[in-house]
Amino acid sequence: MTNRAEMTRRDILKSGAAASTVTLGPGVTLMAFGGTPAEASSRADAGKRWGLLIDASKCSADCSDCVTACKVENGWGQDMEHGHIDPEQAPEWIRKVTLRDKETGREVSAPVMCQHCEDPPCVDVCPTGASMKRIDGIVQVDKHICIGCRYCMMACPFKARSFVHEAVTDQSVNAPRGKGTVESCNLCAPRIDSGRIPACVEACEKAGHSAILFGDLKDPDSPISKALRDYDTVALRSDLELNAGVRYTNL
Amino acid sequence: MRLVLAFLAVCGLAVGAAADGAGPVVPTATGEPHPATENWRANHMVYMKHDRDLTMRDGVRDLGPEDHEINASLAECFDCHAVKDEAGQEVSFEDERHFCRVCHDYAAVTVDCFMCHRSTPADNTAYRAMATADDPASIEAYLARLSEEMSQ
Amino acid sequence: MALEQTIYRELKATAGVWQAAALLGAFLVAAGGAWFYMEHHGHAVTGMNNQIVWGLPHVFAIFLIVAASGALNVASIASVFGNKHYKPMGRFSSLLAITLLVGGLAIVVLDLGRADRLIVAMTSYNFKSIFAWNILLYNGFIAIVAVYLVLQMMRRLDYKWVKLAGLIAFLWRLALTTGTGSIFGWLVARPGYDAAIMAPLFVMMSFAFGLAVFILVLLTLLRLNDRPIGDELLMRMGRLLGIFAAAVLYFTAVQYLTASYAAEHRDMVRFILVEGGIYTLLFWGVQVVLGGLVPMALVFLNPSRSSTLLASILVVIGGFAQVYVIVIGGQAFPLQIFPGYEVIEGFHEGIVNPYTPSIWELMLGLGGVALALFAAGLGAKILRVLPTNLSDANLAAKG
Repeated sequence: MTNRAEMTRRDILKSGAAASTVTLGPGVTLMAFGGTPAEASSRADAGKRWGLLIDASKCSADCSDCVTACKVENGWGQDMEHGHIDPEQAPEWIRKVTLRDKETGREVSAPVMCQHCEDPPCVDVCPTGASMKRIDGIVQVDKHICIGCRYCMMACPFKARSFVHEAVTDQSVNAPRGKGTVESCNLCAPRIDSGRIPACVEACEKAGHSAILFGDLKDPDSPISKALRDYDTVALRSDLELNAGVRYTNL
Repeated sequence: MRLVLAFLAVCGLAVGAAADGAGPVVPTATGEPHPATENWRANHMVYMKHDRDLTMRDGVRDLGPEDHEINASLAECFDCHAVKDEAGQEVSFEDERHFCRVCHDYAAVTVDCFMCHRSTPADNTAYRAMATADDPASIEAYLARLSEEMSQ
Repeated sequence: MALEQTIYRELKATAGVWQAAALLGAFLVAAGGAWFYMEHHGHAVTGMNNQIVWGLPHVFAIFLIVAASGALNVASIASVFGNKHYKPMGRFSSLLAITLLVGGLAIVVLDLGRADRLIVAMTSYNFKSIFAWNILLYNGFIAIVAVYLVLQMMRRLDYKWVKLAGLIAFLWRLALTTGTGSIFGWLVARPGYDAAIMAPLFVMMSFAFGLAVFILVLLTLLRLNDRPIGDELLMRMGRLLGIFAAAVLYFTAVQYLTASYAAEHRDMVRFILVEGGIYTLLFWGVQVVLGGLVPMALVFLNPSRSSTLLASILVVIGGFAQVYVIVIGGQAFPLQIFPGYEVIEGFHEGIVNPYTPSIWELMLGLGGVALALFAAGLGAKILRVLPTNLSDANLAAKG
């Protein structure tokens, strides 16, 4: 398996049991995390690159369950609902857009979030290195060293980032966030690190749409890689050649 | 020279005050004590900074029982170190009785954690353990569902 | 006739000096209050938002930073290019360059979401970031120009050392303005930026804005102490300002002509030049006509003392408008995330982003200007940087 070679020393030591399960066959790469909660150990894995494939034909214009799930999971969005912050200053980790093709008039709907670029402009421009890409491809802000200069927001082609404009209290334990720093979708890194799928993906499944496909782009046998081979897909602003980890089909 | 003397005098006063019992009274915690409490008192900031980078940047959420007594999570401090008010509610960092504030106010050392982190026990402890295959939100179960759908 | 020479003396504390200091002090206090208010409540109280992420404070800051490197020109012209007419003003030119930069940086720093973490910006560097490079360029500029200023003020020092320091400072200031321009030029995502010409455009802007600010501050300080300055010298500086203003117009023309040639940038060009409302008005009315054509006409067609003074004021106003159009206009123009689609529902997708600056941002920005001017005045008060006599006769006698 491709993952074996890049596993850290400790992972190898620990997952003695997991090693056998890994060889079971394609599609079970997650076994590299280690099998049972008792030997729980997680670490971002350079052998993986997490990504999403969004099927706009399956996404419903009047459903925003992914956005709601993200708000609940990461504890943002109450500010605006409480009505004391300007909508343009409110956080927006994920948003729904409905588009009309100028030529054909066809209407489609899809969620837009951080596109988790392979070459993220936000990471290039960040003066302190707070805007960062994990080795498994997740792009996020390390708020411990973010100074709030907002240059990453200038650089992002997708308007994926928000600046926290006022003090926050009672944050979700999974998503520390606070005044004066920049934030964005982190693909639910705490969930992924504990072997769970992102909240938006789960919500979309629960709503019965299954419009967001989640998986490992580096694993050629993963469902997302197969789908990318089989369908015509696009990356937003593909002219910039950022190699986004979030792809769209039927857009 | 006068400044140095003044400084020494203040230090002396501070030590004296502590000896008199006017120093910070560290709130009692629940649960098993740290194996080396003095070490934690002296070096907690080093450990926390180390673990914060591990967690944020390398995705290490849970160091595993054989590596550490505790997990790489600030939230778990408050499992044992929460201070309750008269009404039995855990107080937040806003309250001067908060575990961290008691010493930090005394030592006048700013704590930068709670502008972003919650300062009360976790609202959600679901992600402290790796997901099992029977958890429908686990990647494992998700991929199993996908392969089922795709084979249809 | 006694052969006079350039004598540098500290500013005398006249009533006018005290009044100016008190006025600037009031602005500083107001800016301090505004900063405290913004810091306490967060950026929610400003007009800046998730679409217009850099606002009025950044316009002030970038203007000051650009003008800072330009203010050094007078010293460079004297020690690098050997022009004797500018030499007596070299010391003050160096001082003003430092204080303008400090004023601009103070605004940027105080506008940070976490200004308390300034130390992080100094200790944790991402060397791929042009912003990180700029931090080094700014700090280096202050250090190098400070050394240059000291060397200029040293007696019995071989002039070759001043020349060498001047050359290093000149090259450094070119790098600094290139870096400042590249903060915008290297932003691939936004059609209003993403152009190599941003770097030379900013260099040229710095020549013009810096000289204009230098003339205005110099004239003010000399007047406060009743020290003479010659018509010939002023008209000479006016002509130079006219050439710089023309060069800014040239680079601006190339910038928009190039952009309008590319189909993908045409909408952006149409926005700034035709349909942009306030931005179009600022571009044509203030930047091009008031800040470019009128000053040129004044200094070339009707050269005089007052023409130079008026041209300097207009170049400053036009320059401010230009930075506003670049910084705010470039963000107001919507990002094209879904080419070929019309967005019928979304979050500020494909529409011009509105921006109304708050009073707090204005106070912070003006505070930066006040800081730069106050520091320049204070420097002139305690250091021997201002010549007692800049009359044409004196300069000619000395030459």
